[in-house]
Amino acid sequence: MSEKILLNSKEIDITITRLCWELIENHEDFSNTVIIGMQPRGVFLAEKIVAKLNELKKIDTLHWGSLDSTFFRDDFRNRTEHLLVHQTNIDFLIENKRVVFIDDVLYTGRSIRAGLNAIGSFGRPKDIELLVLINRRFSRELPISPNYIGREVDAISTEKVNVEWSILGKEDKVSLINN
Amino acid sequence: MTNQLSVDHLVGIKELQKEDIELIFQTAEQFKNVLNRPIKKVPSLRDVTIANLFFENSTRTRLSFELAEKRLSADVVNFSAASSSVKKGETLIDTVNNILAMKVDMVVMRHPNPGAAKFLSEHVDAKVINAGDGAHEHPTQALLDSYSMRERLGDLAGKKVVIVGDITHSRVALSNIYCLQKQGAEVMVCGPTTLIPKYIHELGVLVEHDLQTALEWCDVANMLRIQLERQDVKYFPSLREYTMMYGLDMKMLNSLSKKIIIMHPGPINRGVEISSEVADCDQAIILDQVENGVAVRMAVVYLLAQKLRINA
Repeated sequence: MSEKILLNSKEIDITITRLCWELIENHEDFSNTVIIGMQPRGVFLAEKIVAKLNELKKIDTLHWGSLDSTFFRDDFRNRTEHLLVHQTNIDFLIENKRVVFIDDVLYTGRSIRAGLNAIGSFGRPKDIELLVLINRRFSRELPISPNYIGREVDAISTEKVNVEWSILGKEDKVSLINN
Repeated sequence: MTNQLSVDHLVGIKELQKEDIELIFQTAEQFKNVLNRPIKKVPSLRDVTIANLFFENSTRTRLSFELAEKRLSADVVNFSAASSSVKKGETLIDTVNNILAMKVDMVVMRHPNPGAAKFLSEHVDAKVINAGDGAHEHPTQALLDSYSMRERLGDLAGKKVVIVGDITHSRVALSNIYCLQKQGAEVMVCGPTTLIPKYIHELGVLVEHDLQTALEWCDVANMLRIQLERQDVKYFPSLREYTMMYGLDMKMLNSLSKKIIIMHPGPINRGVEISSEVADCDQAIILDQVENGVAVRMAVVYLLAQKLRINA
């Protein structure tokens, strides 16, 4: 097994700062925007983005939550390994809001498709954007494309992009693992 | 944390592991969240067909299962024995196999005979959920009871629960005993000697015949209905005497040294096992039980449907 570091802790911080400025450019004071972290791992990135936005722009009224799309997945009965359901926490209105989905890695696009269906249970947003830390460019199975990208990665299917967060006990790190 | 049930059918709580119960509750919590959204439906089971076979009368369990299945987008067919060929002498397996020939993936069954769900699970090619088999088990009722208790009390380990009333004829009591004990709770049964099975202490439950003493001991009291339809002989002199001895009213509830939680699996005989005031007071979580029933049944159906393979 070989591991190649794609982003270290400092580079992740720089990337997140750049992504936040891009968000600020398009959403100004975030008065009509909500941030949704995709369960399970996009939530950690969403938390960091929200903290950084507060640091950069003092946006303390920003609404953000988490969305679990397990019940909306199209591979419910095809998976050999069953998925655990995680908490959805959206205690604000979605109707006519600008929604920004946040996830750590965009791979096949199927989780985001499920998320697009799941968010519909809460209302009809004005628009939905997607921010990802890592975009695996050549692995898409659906026509889904991110609006904000931390880093593009070209990886083959046997390679795994591994994202570690300090909140889970390790240092922030993105690496490419080849088995 | 396990991510799938250790069983292929929900025949009884006895067959479940503690981890299964935790998984069902964790999944039910998310389904409760779904039920509070503007759109209360998920597409998970859109390619699954479920038959609800009720060989015995039921209102809330049948409605609750049907609603849970529809919220999961399953196709649902309902069957009640009163209007079926069962009356014409058809056997249980023939009835069910005829229904399964129509490509049904899962069967929810209530039947008057104990063991009917287990028998079915061994003889048909579909997932089976027991919705009550005679006086044996009613697993989803026990799961929703425990789920409702946990909402109020948190972890049930070390908590004290008394089940009051007709224990002999109650499938709710047996399932609750198994379910509570697997979570580490202490269980007591309380009722007249004639309505408490002779060897029930062998299940590790305490037995008490005085209601006031039982209520002083417990954190939760689950008041069962007197099942007159299952009593072929008189087990107590009169309903009035039963109410005097084992009926819970506000006077007794207020006389206790702590505030306990009151539960009832329904249907309530108001003025018999509990008074109207008790049924409607803040300590009663009877309607929470009904609400949680849909979420818990969604979780059970969802987790068993996970085990259905496409083209299997």
